[in-house]
Amino acid sequence: MAYSEKLIDHYENPRNIGALDKNAEDVGTGLVGAPACGDVMKLQIKVGPDGLIEDAKFKTFGCGSAIASSSLVTEWVKGKTVDEAETIKNTDIARHLALPPVKIHCSVLAEDAIKAAIADYRAKAAKKDEPKAAAE
Amino acid sequence: MTAITQIRRNDQPIYLDYQATTPMDPRVLEAMMPYFTYKFGNPGSRSHAYGWEAEEGVEKARGQIAKLIGADEKEVIFTSGATESNNLAIKGVAEFYKDRKNHIITTVTEHKCVLDTCRHLEQQGFEVTYLPVQQNGLLDLDVLRAAITDKTVLVSVMAVNNEIGVIQPLAEIGKICREKKVFFHTDAAQAAGKIPLDVEALNVDLMSISGHKIYGPKGIGALYVRRKPRVRLVPLIVGGGQERGFRSGTLPTPLCVGLGEAAEICMKEMDGEAKRLKKLQDRMLKGLQSKLSDLVINGDLEHRIPGNLNISFAYVEGESLMMGIKGLSVSSGSACTSASLEPSYVLRALGVEEDMAHTSLRIGLGRFTTEQEIDTAVDELVRHVTKLREMSPLWEMAQEGIDIKSIEWAAH
Repeated sequence: MAYSEKLIDHYENPRNIGALDKNAEDVGTGLVGAPACGDVMKLQIKVGPDGLIEDAKFKTFGCGSAIASSSLVTEWVKGKTVDEAETIKNTDIARHLALPPVKIHCSVLAEDAIKAAIADYRAKAAKKDEPKAAAE
Repeated sequence: MTAITQIRRNDQPIYLDYQATTPMDPRVLEAMMPYFTYKFGNPGSRSHAYGWEAEEGVEKARGQIAKLIGADEKEVIFTSGATESNNLAIKGVAEFYKDRKNHIITTVTEHKCVLDTCRHLEQQGFEVTYLPVQQNGLLDLDVLRAAITDKTVLVSVMAVNNEIGVIQPLAEIGKICREKKVFFHTDAAQAAGKIPLDVEALNVDLMSISGHKIYGPKGIGALYVRRKPRVRLVPLIVGGGQERGFRSGTLPTPLCVGLGEAAEICMKEMDGEAKRLKKLQDRMLKGLQSKLSDLVINGDLEHRIPGNLNISFAYVEGESLMMGIKGLSVSSGSACTSASLEPSYVLRALGVEEDMAHTSLRIGLGRFTTEQEIDTAVDELVRHVTKLREMSPLWEMAQEGIDIKSIEWAAH
């Protein structure tokens, strides 16, 4: 399959591979996809006290497009607020990497991964606030 | 002429996809050359020397092919390739005997051209039984025996599978078919020239052969059609009545000559080549296993041609692995390499879980594969599998002791 230079660059030099402490309160983890479908993405964000995403890491099992899509979004979410990160669209990812039509689902999965990580972060934050609210 | 040991240019990737096709042996090309130019006659021209010369070339080739499979030369007809041979064998028999019998038996791991031919016949009202295979890829003979009815006209079972290289128990299948008076067709595209085949010993009635899988030219194949007891076929292509009426059309003399020469070289070199390839197969497997864990060999390793390995590299998706190993040309059972996004039906038929099918590579070794190429391939595979595992969330979970199957994955 003919891939764009950007995609190949992300595949060959993936950005932000790794893992953050999934139990940390300021870390949100999203795990999406399924091994049977041939794609699994784990995307993590670390949110600073100022509300900006200060770090993002990923690990992906999947084809070159899946790896590149997840690598790209880790770059994109860094420095954004959680709300801003939530607005990243799969179509932007697909356009940036010039994904072939049969690989569009990889960009959808990357969008899902951000959303899942954000949801996890928010759930943790809400839990943290709850007992405080009750005490006040 | 001496054997050529390297055929690729140094800037080309290492070719490890010999089940897809093979390079033509330069000795084959040499034999073909005169038939493109000054020996250009129509082998059907009986009235002059040009025709006789071409006919001589064609008939010599027919004899060379017949010898490779223990047949009589009158029983070999030329086709455009194994796909046509399979179509002709299956449709031809089905059509000819349809008034008495209408049932065909085949297996789920056949090549698409056999499966699609059978589907086509089903639409025409024939009954087809697609037998499952065992976990090692081999047909269970009791299952075959039980499937044969008094309406069964043909059993079609491939000799060697194109994805996993396993060799079906042809002699046993042939014996059963002969006892039950059912014709036995075998697609030997991946087997001919690689393992000994004798149509008498195996009780084969029809056998398909491909040129480009045995270092011959593309666009030519052959079908063996038994004369005693006689197998009758309705032809697919009618016209001038060439090839005993089974396949009309002027024979492509250079291609026929090439297939014949390829068959003869295979026959002469089969024993030595099989031993050489077995060593290379062992070397590759040991090399990989010594440096990588969690490898699964798909298909039986014993009943297998030495030129094939099909390996699942757990936790690493096949297409991304192929993107990494740019210096190697292999193929994958992963869905991501196919337009349909479905993982290999052959691997699925063995009961290989979808997640493992996505991680499989087919590695094909052949006449021009060298020990050095194997070593390079092992290094490159090890490097990239290791790299991709380090970035695989599934590998991470496995290392943490999490059972991937215990997780409820959302299908997408």
